[in-house]
Amino acid sequence: MITIIDYGSGNLKSIRNGFRRIGADALVTNDKKDLEQAEVLILPGVGAFGTAMKNLQKYQDIIHQHIQEGKPFLGVCLGLQVLFSESEESPGVKGLDVFPGKVVRFPETLPPQGLKIPHMGWNNLNTLRYSPLMEGIDQDYMYFVHSYYVQPEDPEIVVATVDYGVEVPAVVAQDNVFATQFHPEKSGPVGLEILKNFLKQAL
Amino acid sequence: MLAKRIIPCLDCDLNVPHGRVVKGVEFKQIRYAGEPVALATKYYEDGADEIVFLDITASHERRETMADVIKATTENVFVPICVGGGIRKPQDYVNMLKAGADKCSTNTAAIHNPDLINEASKVVGSQACVIGIDAKRRYVDDPQENDDHVIIETPQGYCWYDCSIYGGREFTGIDAIKWAMECQERGAGEILLTSMDRDGTKDGYDIPLNRAMSEMLDIPIIASGGGGSPEHIYETLTKGKSDAALAASIFHFDEYPVPVVKEYLKERGVAVRL
Repeated sequence: MITIIDYGSGNLKSIRNGFRRIGADALVTNDKKDLEQAEVLILPGVGAFGTAMKNLQKYQDIIHQHIQEGKPFLGVCLGLQVLFSESEESPGVKGLDVFPGKVVRFPETLPPQGLKIPHMGWNNLNTLRYSPLMEGIDQDYMYFVHSYYVQPEDPEIVVATVDYGVEVPAVVAQDNVFATQFHPEKSGPVGLEILKNFLKQAL
Repeated sequence: MLAKRIIPCLDCDLNVPHGRVVKGVEFKQIRYAGEPVALATKYYEDGADEIVFLDITASHERRETMADVIKATTENVFVPICVGGGIRKPQDYVNMLKAGADKCSTNTAAIHNPDLINEASKVVGSQACVIGIDAKRRYVDDPQENDDHVIIETPQGYCWYDCSIYGGREFTGIDAIKWAMECQERGAGEILLTSMDRDGTKDGYDIPLNRAMSEMLDIPIIASGGGGSPEHIYETLTKGKSDAALAASIFHFDEYPVPVVKEYLKERGVAVRL
């Protein structure tokens, strides 16, 4: 079962609808038993890093266990950021630390160049290396909305980036863990293609 | 490179089952364009970058109907959805997001209670807090004598912009640019900027207004009001420095479908998603 972690943040229906559209049903739940039994775990997320980590507290062990067992995992937007060690958005709050590195805010030098914060809208990807998640996808436009971005310690985990005054990691992946800074469930037919790729190698 | 967004807007009358999309010129000469869910799905398939639903009845009794429209739409539409009209408290944001919306737009409620912006952005995040500003030109004779307002030079003369509420039925005397800056301060993630002077006219967007707003704010500006041709959209995305352009009737009545507008922009070097 594809299981979407409901930890009280934002629009979870859309990602579920996205999976439905490609023929897979997904369960949205905050029930620990269901989450423990998940074959595939999806961590969505909008909002602030600190609030998200507070709400994720009780699911931390389940997430770590799931990842350690080698089961497929997909983080989306803030669900990518919380995989890292810490964030400038919420100093002192520890992230899930699956990937060493930190989350930083877009520099204030961007708006004077006409680059608004948040980075909101459709931006095209630069693919750096192969990942099954990105099969058939290269320079496509994806829907982003965020004011912070990740700086992984290990550059090898970055699959694709996006240019927004700085080079922003847009897709990170390592073994069974995949995460996108953009919203595949809001990125039109190409976004659904990414969900399909994820499921193809997951199931 | 970040693409400029093309956003069809659906003005919804929810007093009939499933609602209906209407378009009027200054609230007169109402024409019916179709059913909200069907139209939104068509625009998604055409390549719209985002879709805005405005409940023009904006009544609390219709909240449920709007939520149902959003639920049905997002089963087949996979681009961001923004909902406006009748959003008054943080719980309204939460309910719309639960139904499948990504953003909510508020105008009147935010002017009456600016703390709503702070509260809502804490609960659902800035990215979901769009502020709708309906701005009307107030011309002045002497630009030096208006310390209270941000004066903009337009081809028609110097003016400041007055915020209107209740769908253009009442004026507040609040300076639109100053108000937008305050909204940004309070946590708004985007401004949906409608020119009252141009709305429904198809004479083109208010370029000086959009440009001034975009230069003074750090958050994205969606230009609205007056879009009657691909050329108008091109103008506001370039000269007007808008991040996105919203239009209604040119899409509803198939004058210029979304792909035609995007091709036009691409040919002229504007980054768009095709």
